[in-house]
Amino acid sequence: MPSLKDLKNRIESVKSTRKITKAMQMVAAAKLRRAQEAAEASRPYTERFNAVMAGLSAGAKTSGQGPLLLTGTGSDQTHLLVVMTAERGLCGGFNSSIVRLARAKIAELLAAGKTVKILTVGKKGREQLKRDYADHFVDHVDLSEVKRIGYANAQDIAKQVLDRFDAGEFDVATIFFAAFKSVIAQEPTEVQIIPASFDTDDAGGAGFYDYEPGEQEILEVLLPRGVATAIFSGLLENGASEQGARMSAMDNATRNAGEMIDKLTIQFNRSRQAVITNELIEIISGAEAL
Amino acid sequence: MADTLQFDLVSPERMLASMPAREVQIPGSEGDMTAMPDHMPVITTLRPGILRATGADGTQEFVVSGGFAEVTATSASVLAENAVPRSEVTPDFLEKLRKEAEEAHAQAAPEVQDHTAKALADLAHLADQMV
Repeated sequence: MPSLKDLKNRIESVKSTRKITKAMQMVAAAKLRRAQEAAEASRPYTERFNAVMAGLSAGAKTSGQGPLLLTGTGSDQTHLLVVMTAERGLCGGFNSSIVRLARAKIAELLAAGKTVKILTVGKKGREQLKRDYADHFVDHVDLSEVKRIGYANAQDIAKQVLDRFDAGEFDVATIFFAAFKSVIAQEPTEVQIIPASFDTDDAGGAGFYDYEPGEQEILEVLLPRGVATAIFSGLLENGASEQGARMSAMDNATRNAGEMIDKLTIQFNRSRQAVITNELIEIISGAEAL
Repeated sequence: MADTLQFDLVSPERMLASMPAREVQIPGSEGDMTAMPDHMPVITTLRPGILRATGADGTQEFVVSGGFAEVTATSASVLAENAVPRSEVTPDFLEKLRKEAEEAHAQAAPEVQDHTAKALADLAHLADQMV
């Protein structure tokens, strides 16, 4: 049975924990709103970009030739996995769920005898993958100093990926991130970025437009930008998902702390009552003995 | 025929403009073009330059680089990697663009060096226009 003083200390410490988690929840809520706005602001660009690319690539695919970024190298022996996670923890299962998806993919590829290379973005994913796959790592991008994800960050990552592709280091590139569905639901997602695949359903007729310069040239200019665009939207989705996950994790923590405080307070009151009763009994039996 | 077309200017980070415009002057990589209502559908890549959109309330100017424009009979959508209203352009911004272009030129494969050299020249021209 813990003493009264122990209980009191315990309650105090849980109370201050609750204050911290509550504050983190509110910070995450504010950041979430900003992250969502950023994700929404980028959507018009991404959508139109993909629509145009769909039209262009549909034309290039039917003609059977095009830039390597679109058609691939003709082999799928070496895979580059770009695993994008958060720089910080305390956001529930956010990081682990992305890593779990990446792990499943790595295991599948390795079982099929493929070569796997891993590029991590964000510290947490790196830490979790390091234990099993450290010798597959090719590089790591640190975004911990970045306050607000900008297109420039995505361009830097894209440049690294493209340089490696040009150097013939891999055949297929896939990015892993968590797509933001709602505050309580984030879905780990994998998207293949090289060779690029665009949803060609809504390609508004490739022959409809005149191209200046030619279709091939435009494709060659735009495909590398497509990689950056895909990475950018992945980063933004990830940003919103991270804050959403943190918000609900911290909300849970705050509620748990509240329950704990209630329980401890009842226990505290009971033992205080027990002590008082004890003292009374002692006094009364002392008086009776006289 | 309608006398305006829908003009949209978007960069990856934000939507800069979305308004009806009478004409939009686009710095295409093969030369400037002015999109007016009932223009033939065309997609062109952009060179670094100044984009002018004339609407009901005057002309707006933007500095754009990298990306493409999609023109149809009823709309002109410009997707630029870098886009800023002309009034917000700082020497730092131009300098950053120039550095990037120089780097790209230095690293470019011989067969595309024409392109990168042209981008550099376009930027120098743009800088001249700005002062």
